Amino acid sequence: MSVLRPLDKLPGLNTATVLLVGADDALLQQLADSMLKTDCASELRVHLARSLPLPSNVNRPRVDLLVFVINLHSKYSLQSVEKSLHHVDASFFLGKACFLATGAGRENLCSVHRNTVVRLAHTYRSPVLFCDLEVEGSRAAMAQRLARMLQISAGHVPGVSAMSLLSLLRSSESPSLEDL
Amino acid sequence: MRSALGGGLGLQLELHFSAMQKTMDPYDAPESTPRQHPSCSLKEYFLAATPLQRRLESVRKQATSFVPTPPRRRIPQRSQLQEDVDPQKVAFLLHKQWTLYSLTPLYKFSYTNLKEYSRLLSAFITAEKQKGLAVEVGEDCNIKVVFSTLLGVKGTQSDPEAVLVQILSKPQLPSEDREAKALWTGWFCCVFGDGLLETVSEDFTCLPLFLANGAESNTAIIGTWFQKTFDCYFSPLAINAFNLSWMAAMWTACKMDRYVAATEFLWSVPCSPQSLDISYAIHPEDAKALWDSVHRTPGEVTQEEVDLFMDCLSSHFYRHFRIHLSATRLVRVSTSVASAHTDGKIKIICHKYLIGVLAYLTELAIFQIE
Repeated sequence: MSVLRPLDKLPGLNTATVLLVGADDALLQQLADSMLKTDCASELRVHLARSLPLPSNVNRPRVDLLVFVINLHSKYSLQSVEKSLHHVDASFFLGKACFLATGAGRENLCSVHRNTVVRLAHTYRSPVLFCDLEVEGSRAAMAQRLARMLQISAGHVPGVSAMSLLSLLRSSESPSLEDL
Repeated sequence: MRSALGGGLGLQLELHFSAMQKTMDPYDAPESTPRQHPSCSLKEYFLAATPLQRRLESVRKQATSFVPTPPRRRIPQRSQLQEDVDPQKVAFLLHKQWTLYSLTPLYKFSYTNLKEYSRLLSAFITAEKQKGLAVEVGEDCNIKVVFSTLLGVKGTQSDPEAVLVQILSKPQLPSEDREAKALWTGWFCCVFGDGLLETVSEDFTCLPLFLANGAESNTAIIGTWFQKTFDCYFSPLAINAFNLSWMAAMWTACKMDRYVAATEFLWSVPCSPQSLDISYAIHPEDAKALWDSVHRTPGEVTQEEVDLFMDCLSSHFYRHFRIHLSATRLVRVSTSVASAHTDGKIKIICHKYLIGVLAYLTELAIFQIE
């Protein structure tokens, strides 16, 4: 069983790779298209996966940012993300991983409570972002946000590292970590 | 257990259901703290505060206690109806399909003016029905609206009394002795609505849950009258899959002497060209046995127990049919206590747990208002 590690490969020149993991193929594809449309100084590469572990026979670049996409309308996507989390090295959760929850706006279709995802993200000490991937505007805004986070995780932004971004994002959301 | 797949497959299997033990790793969830009820300390400090200040304080308290979020705990209401209720009087509420709406607090609604309201509403309905329809003669003129209170349909003493509105058809001939037929019935209630009652001023009456049975046109007309007269707002209350699974767990947990119906679930599979429906029926005693094996603390239901209960059912289904029920959407839950549909339709079957069912629905209505 191969575990995904953040620093096991050399980085490419001016390229940043993001791996989107989620059970909903259509949503991931749309998000990937939106991300590639954002204009960004670095060259973006977007990889999609339904679950981890990834097959080891493919030659792929180093993953700079790992995004777990959970569709709140489907419990199955939450379960498949939970299973995939076991195949990720712990050092990914130092700012190179985040959770993306989609579909919170449409309350009547939700099978998963948003608190469940918030608690999951809290357990893994990673930020959780909410958006509606089926709405064009929200998706484009989230794609821009992820592109920026990706640039920081890949080290292309001088002065800001993934860990410092993580501590910036954390302080506004969860003030009392001692309770855990 | 009997499982049936709709949509033309017609596959039926008789399967023996045995209680399953499934281990699930819970998250490193924070230590569960009992849900902080903001109103207790609010009363001490804000006795003379305006309603707006009280509301701001409760919202601020909820915001700070939001993170880290404790696992939601809910106590199943096993209470019986209060002593001053005649079970026969509320028997007409059972076995009927009600459509749910949430209602914002009513301004200057008075329980002493019910006859006045009956008169005004009758006149309004007659006027609306005659508007622009000169051809229909005599059909709708013989209706009468009756407002009354439903005693005992509430949770605590501070809840306002439930109000019942009925549109009755007057008998055509005065010599006939037959009873007036109810064309449309609707009732407003508030069961354990402490969270909302704390934050409104005395001019408002909080009856957040509205249940209607009858023609949709009548519901619309009555809704318009209430909105104009009491400055409130109706909105349809939909129940999402998450809340339906809570209902399934809570109702399965209820102790019943006699089960009148099987425990049934209906799932909707999103696929093209037309969606597939999966109906899953379990013998009620098996469902109770499964719940008892999952349940730990008596008197409380936790999120983990509800998830485990539903996951056991899903994994059993997966083992036989290789279909992940978690990828589908729960649309309907039906037990011996009550049955609920995601479009906001409810049917209460057991009178013992009427208050319990209404309490959960009131909570959903209050949540939607806020």
